Amino acid sequence: MSAPLYGLLLAGGRSKRMQRDKAGIEYAGQPQLLRAMQLLEPLVARAFVSVRAEQLHDPQRAAYECIVDVFADNGPIGGIHAALRAHPQAAWLVLACDLPFLDAATLQQLIAARDPQRVATAFRSSHDGQPEPLCAIFEPRAAAAIDAWLATGKQCPRGMLGHADVALLTLRAPQALDNVNSTAEYAAARARLDGGGTEPVAPRRLQVQYFALLREQAGRNAETVTSSARDARELYEELRGTRGLKLRPEQLRVAVNDEFAEWTQPLAAGDTVVFLPPVAGG
Amino acid sequence: MTDFRFSAAPLDTQALRAELADPSCGGYAAFEGWVRDHNEGQRVTRLEYEAFAALAEREGARVIAEARERFGIRRALCVHRVGALELGEIAVWVGAAAPHRDEAFQACRYIIDEVKHRLPIWKKEHYASGDSGWVNCERCAADGGHRAGAHERESAHQHGHDHGKHR
Repeated sequence: MSAPLYGLLLAGGRSKRMQRDKAGIEYAGQPQLLRAMQLLEPLVARAFVSVRAEQLHDPQRAAYECIVDVFADNGPIGGIHAALRAHPQAAWLVLACDLPFLDAATLQQLIAARDPQRVATAFRSSHDGQPEPLCAIFEPRAAAAIDAWLATGKQCPRGMLGHADVALLTLRAPQALDNVNSTAEYAAARARLDGGGTEPVAPRRLQVQYFALLREQAGRNAETVTSSARDARELYEELRGTRGLKLRPEQLRVAVNDEFAEWTQPLAAGDTVVFLPPVAGG
Repeated sequence: MTDFRFSAAPLDTQALRAELADPSCGGYAAFEGWVRDHNEGQRVTRLEYEAFAALAEREGARVIAEARERFGIRRALCVHRVGALELGEIAVWVGAAAPHRDEAFQACRYIIDEVKHRLPIWKKEHYASGDSGWVNCERCAADGGHRAGAHERESAHQHGHDHGKHR
């Protein structure tokens, strides 16, 4: 008999890099706390918002059942810890509130793959292969693992999962868990979510050319791919793992059809995309 | 002839200079970038240049048009090598001709600086140790850092994105 599944949205962060309350920033006209709770609520028996004591009266958070951190300033692991203590019989689907690309299909995949015999069920990061703690299911037994981790003076929930017995899944949409921490990342995410909507793009053929270090890593000069990537950023995320491309997108520039382009420029059938490594002419 | 182009063969500087001849010009300045035998503490034995020619030729033509506009020069030309180069060879050649010397000097400097930072051209160095590496790429790939560095020139140059190491 597995434990009932409750949901916990982590909204107690200090949003230092964002310089404004992350819960309230909007995509397609909706604050992201509300977007996340709407995804979470239909999938769990009860849904809660994790908050710091001083956020209890924030109207946006107070609209939901809240769980207050027991230890202040332990970061996200403090919120997970408080939930496991408040309802020790439940397993927790834990979500960060700054995952604008998260969709119901990704959460359903997580729930379907849940393994109640393990400490947790989590996705493997499409960036570094490590478990993603902020979209994961923590079983009741995770309480002891977290207590032990905190007792060693460590707080990083990713490190905790890295040392625990965790069922690991591969994301179907590699960018589903990309988070937004800075104003620049927010602008890029807005452009993707407000502009194109969330209508899926039908797969079409795109040309990709590789130069220099990326050509060597990909082991080819060019290829034709069939992809539903909306823009060059999604295409790079798609190709990065399978082609062994080791440069991070922020180190690259993009060209579409032989002209410099933005990462967020929508792609069309037949477009030629080139990812440009740092240049060194002269 | 186009004002920016690539060459797979060694450059004939006399022929390039002759392309700029203009009786209205009293000043001519040229810059040659040479393949040198060391970089960042390593002994370099040879180089390879690779370019995304379609985009580099467009961007190179824009750089030269900007130089004409800014400095009022009459003629300018830049030729960049691609392929394998030996020590001492000319990797890039820039020439500018203007009625007076000041404009020719300034335009020459402007063109080489912009070409280095904006054009999709990559340089692979081969070292005496047997190693090789893509300049400005290997270190940032290895340490996963330099996030700020990757963008350090973007405010100054809309298209710049080198890591500021090899100016």
